[in-house]
Amino acid sequence: MTDQIDTDYELGQDNVQILGLDIHNPVFLISGLSIVAFVLLTLMFQDGATEFFGWLRPFLTSTFDWFFLLSANIFVVFCIFLMVSPLGKVVLGGPDAEPEYSYIGWFAMLFAAGMGIGLMFFGVAEPMSHFSSSMGGTTVEDGVRTDWAPLGAAAGDAIAARDLGMAATIFHWALHPWAIYAVVALALALFAYNFHLPLTLRSAFYPLFGERVWGWTGHIIDTLAVFATLFGLATSLGFGTEQALAGLNHLFGTPTGDVARVVLITVITAAALISVLRGLEGGVKVLSEINIALAALLMLFVILVGPTAAIFETLVAGGIAYAKELIPLSNPFGREDANFAQGWTSFYWAWWISWSPFVGMFIARVSRGRSVREFVFCVIVIPTMVTVLWMASFGGTAIDQVIADPEAPVKAAALELKLFEMLKDLPVAWLTSFLGIVLVIVFFVTSSDSGSLVIDTITAGGKTDAPVAQRVFWCTFEGLVAAALLLVGGSQALNALQAMAVSTGFPFTIVLLLMCVSVLIGLMRTRRAGR
Amino acid sequence: MYNCIMVPVDLAHKDKLAKAIEVAADLAQLYTAALHFVGVTATPPSEVAHNPEEFAQLLARFAADEGARLGLDISAETVISHDPAVDLDNDLDREIHELGADLVVMASHVPHFREYVFASNAGYLASHTEVSVLVVR
Repeated sequence: MTDQIDTDYELGQDNVQILGLDIHNPVFLISGLSIVAFVLLTLMFQDGATEFFGWLRPFLTSTFDWFFLLSANIFVVFCIFLMVSPLGKVVLGGPDAEPEYSYIGWFAMLFAAGMGIGLMFFGVAEPMSHFSSSMGGTTVEDGVRTDWAPLGAAAGDAIAARDLGMAATIFHWALHPWAIYAVVALALALFAYNFHLPLTLRSAFYPLFGERVWGWTGHIIDTLAVFATLFGLATSLGFGTEQALAGLNHLFGTPTGDVARVVLITVITAAALISVLRGLEGGVKVLSEINIALAALLMLFVILVGPTAAIFETLVAGGIAYAKELIPLSNPFGREDANFAQGWTSFYWAWWISWSPFVGMFIARVSRGRSVREFVFCVIVIPTMVTVLWMASFGGTAIDQVIADPEAPVKAAALELKLFEMLKDLPVAWLTSFLGIVLVIVFFVTSSDSGSLVIDTITAGGKTDAPVAQRVFWCTFEGLVAAALLLVGGSQALNALQAMAVSTGFPFTIVLLLMCVSVLIGLMRTRRAGR
Repeated sequence: MYNCIMVPVDLAHKDKLAKAIEVAADLAQLYTAALHFVGVTATPPSEVAHNPEEFAQLLARFAADEGARLGLDISAETVISHDPAVDLDNDLDREIHELGADLVVMASHVPHFREYVFASNAGYLASHTEVSVLVVR
């Protein structure tokens, strides 16, 4: 069947079976041990780790800002090219493959894995930030801009600042991040379903590295992916716990100490374990669908009960501003707004890219039977439209509150409380805020479950039917890492390791650029063979 | 006594199936029952097959070979599962009803560590489905 790629490699040939498990040797062991070692070292040498990763992450995103921005632009252009070129006709899994999931189930899973949780936290906070910094105008010291406003700011002009703020927010959450995910997902899906290589990161490099992908080159790529995924998830779980506790405290006055932290991490991990044990269909898919429905409900509530006219105005004007400012915002060179381009955009791109092995792998797992054109459209264009609507509803409402009353509580509220302060201005705030917390927690559960699925597949050498005990292991491991970091090291340790996870965005950017080449080669071969 | 016998087949462990298949064949001859091999696969490449179509071909060939060896007509049914690591039991249960099987003959290994935490597939089916299940060790 592998007439296009002629390899003798058999899936599972490097696996070992111990204690009823079925794991890849050496990726499973190296990943597990190095994660434990990193956690221990970070906790033992906390100051040093904080200093090092606190330096490394900004160093990478500031020094190589042009590289991140340029690469993300390449991914967007590449995806659009695939959508309009004849290569878009290729069906993942061959011409006769049927989609495994309905559009709704598929889309719910894409969205829940891709950014559900982020939209909950930044839907209010980010438009507010850019709005405020744009209103503040530009400040220059020694010929260097010291403000954080995007582009040329909009000093004192509330409407222009709102539109610029929306454009900048949408920019960080729409085409670019989804193009990043789409590249990884497409590469994995293409080489697994059309070229029949194991569903793991290394397979996407077969056209470039040949048989070496089954050796240490591949081990390193896969281990790095496990690393980025686990630390990304564990540190997000740690921070998410803090934020959910702050929200609960704000609403119901519940405690926020160590006991509460452990209880919440345990609850989320336990729920994720139940979801793991119910499988892809009965777990992640069901929860994703429920969550997307609840999120839609919350958004509809904000649109209808909130300042409907202002939201629509924000939607239209913000959307137009995004289209207008897209090119200046994505310009990698000679930016005057260096703080914004490096501290926001470049950081976001590194962040999305460090998440891309996880999200991309998960999207690949559920996308067999889609044509490349349909795939790219659904992974990029639809999420972009939803994101614009979401940001306009949540951010637009908050900005409207601030325009009406410059001292509105949403302005001064801490990042994790902005959503709740915005909702407080609307009726039945206790209910909508509670719904918000439930959404945050369930999005964590789905991330934790799908993350375990992805890490398990990678550490089982691409086997998707390895014993479920392995997923249980990774899911529990992630909860333990989060709890250990939070309890022993507090937010300092979480910050350090999150900075490390985001730093993996740098090597992965190179990996993703190579993936584009691989995908192109793969698609051209597939087209030539008429499959 | 029985009209339709179903044998779940794990193509990755064909060597462990011989005894169960012989038992099933004996029973099929005794009761002149139809005999079905059922295999479950996911869509990504596995160690058995590169895609579900190839899996179905391999299963059909295995059923034909065993049928020729035992002098029986054995049909092969491929079930495509979203997540066989978890859904295998339910998928098999659904297939029992779709085939209208009244006896399941399945191979199982001697329980070891993992089975104390997670039930074995044969154990699960025996306690959850309403038809007779013969677990062959």
